[in-house]
Amino acid sequence: MRTKILLAGIQLLLATAGFAQQKKPVTKSPVAGLKASITSGEAVYTQFCISCHLPDGGGVENLNPPLIKTAFINGPKPRLITTVLNGMGQVEINGERYNNVMPSFNYLTDKQVADVLTYVRNSFGNKKPAVTTMDVKITRAKVVK
Amino acid sequence: MKKVFVYAGVIAAIFCTTQAGAQTSVKPVLKITDDNAGLKLPAKFKATILAENMGKARHIVVTPQGGIYVRLAKPVNGKGTIYLQEANGKAVVKNGFGNYGGTGIYIKDGYLYSSSNEEVFRYKLDAKNEVINPAAPEKIVTGLINRWQHETKSLVLDNEGNIYVNIGAWLNSCQEKDRQKGSMGRKGCPMLDSAGGIWMFKHDKLNQTYADGVRYATGLRNIVGLDWNQQNNQLFVMQHGRDQLHDIFPDLYTVQQSALNPAECMFALKKGDDAGWPYLYYDLAQHKNILAPEYGGDGKTAADSKYLEPAAAYPAHMAPNGLLFYTGNQFPEKYKNGAFIAFHGSWNRSPEPQAGYFVVFQPFKDGKPAGEWEIFADNFSGSPEKTASGRADHRPCGLAQGPDGSLYVTDDSKGFLYKITYTP
Repeated sequence: MRTKILLAGIQLLLATAGFAQQKKPVTKSPVAGLKASITSGEAVYTQFCISCHLPDGGGVENLNPPLIKTAFINGPKPRLITTVLNGMGQVEINGERYNNVMPSFNYLTDKQVADVLTYVRNSFGNKKPAVTTMDVKITRAKVVK
Repeated sequence: MKKVFVYAGVIAAIFCTTQAGAQTSVKPVLKITDDNAGLKLPAKFKATILAENMGKARHIVVTPQGGIYVRLAKPVNGKGTIYLQEANGKAVVKNGFGNYGGTGIYIKDGYLYSSSNEEVFRYKLDAKNEVINPAAPEKIVTGLINRWQHETKSLVLDNEGNIYVNIGAWLNSCQEKDRQKGSMGRKGCPMLDSAGGIWMFKHDKLNQTYADGVRYATGLRNIVGLDWNQQNNQLFVMQHGRDQLHDIFPDLYTVQQSALNPAECMFALKKGDDAGWPYLYYDLAQHKNILAPEYGGDGKTAADSKYLEPAAAYPAHMAPNGLLFYTGNQFPEKYKNGAFIAFHGSWNRSPEPQAGYFVVFQPFKDGKPAGEWEIFADNFSGSPEKTASGRADHRPCGLAQGPDGSLYVTDDSKGFLYKITYTP
């Protein structure tokens, strides 16, 4: 089963790679694409994330973790994507406990998840590569049974 | 200019949601001066900083001799309670003990009572109200639920040898899935058998568990500030109201409605009371208990009238962490027997401006709230901008009255200890 999903993922990857190559002359530059994703991601953040993580991404002491230069934010993309899709229990970050659970946001589209994570990874002092819709699609296929 | 408007908005939001619109004229003019430790206080009041960097300073008691016990949420160097004495305008740490974090602390009849997030201990005091044997407390209560949400066990004693302990609900609103959008309430909210209320235990019986205690009052989401009202011999508590109405039910509540509701409520409790969490919340604008959306509410339908009404209600999400009935003689007459409430400050108003980070005074008459509350000590945050953003410098938490009637306030953010005095 897992191999099948993996294969499907690889096929999808190849397909999109091919798609991107074909389309290359008319797509926006990577910088413009990143900017657009960050802008869309900010809107998603404002709608779904801001009430717990706050406008500056600093979170809330003892309750909601910060999104500023943490291992979670700067770490592997699949783990970050999984956190958004599945939610997360209580967590300890840099020696501080955060007691509120994070609910699942699996109702967001792949693009919304990609955009909001790209926004977070390029805001609040973070500077990390974008999360793409394809990243989310692949992780979602793995984590959602 | 924009920031001024933001702050004005916060103040407007707070005042508009209180009962009367005309009370602004009775608000004291708060002043900030260099000798007020950064706080804004009514005229003739003065604040000083007695201590800094104590750790996450939670509740506090001051003995008749002026000794100060402060509970720390997290032990510092293995000490969860610190004992200080005042000298030359500063409080000096004399010793510390108890390698467990927590919030609750209270002195009654020769004992210091102190709670971790699962247990209650007591220490015998000598004639000077100093702990005789810090290493060997008696364990009074054990095995209380701690699921690291609303885990603190605030406590207070009455005059008949009973301890009242908060056991907070370990979920926001008893949903099937905590804080999940659209998730409905658990039927009958089973956790209420062991959390979401105030439990009563004997003050002198060792190793009591749930089986030895009495669920004194239920339907209380989380109580941090509480005090015994000596005037009418009754327990008063401050509830932290539920979060995230909009996040969970975006079709029923706007972001603004969610920022301004539900009220933070004061309850006057009697044995057997049910304050209705998770089935309801108190709506400030509608002045009534509203059926919770998790249990079929639509934001307008009133809750069952069998549930307790609050004794007083305050703006949403401001997190009342300290409650103290003032019985001293130092402050002007109007403060006598009234309540001071330390509002730790909000987080759940975003993207609307945050609010709180101040100490409120609630006038009382004959053991009941009477008249409009007012901000007594403001600007713990450091500035209106820091209040609005929620990035406060200091967050008031515990309150205590000194033997001379001075008011003590702890800050669990930077571990400051403030002393507020009045000179006619």
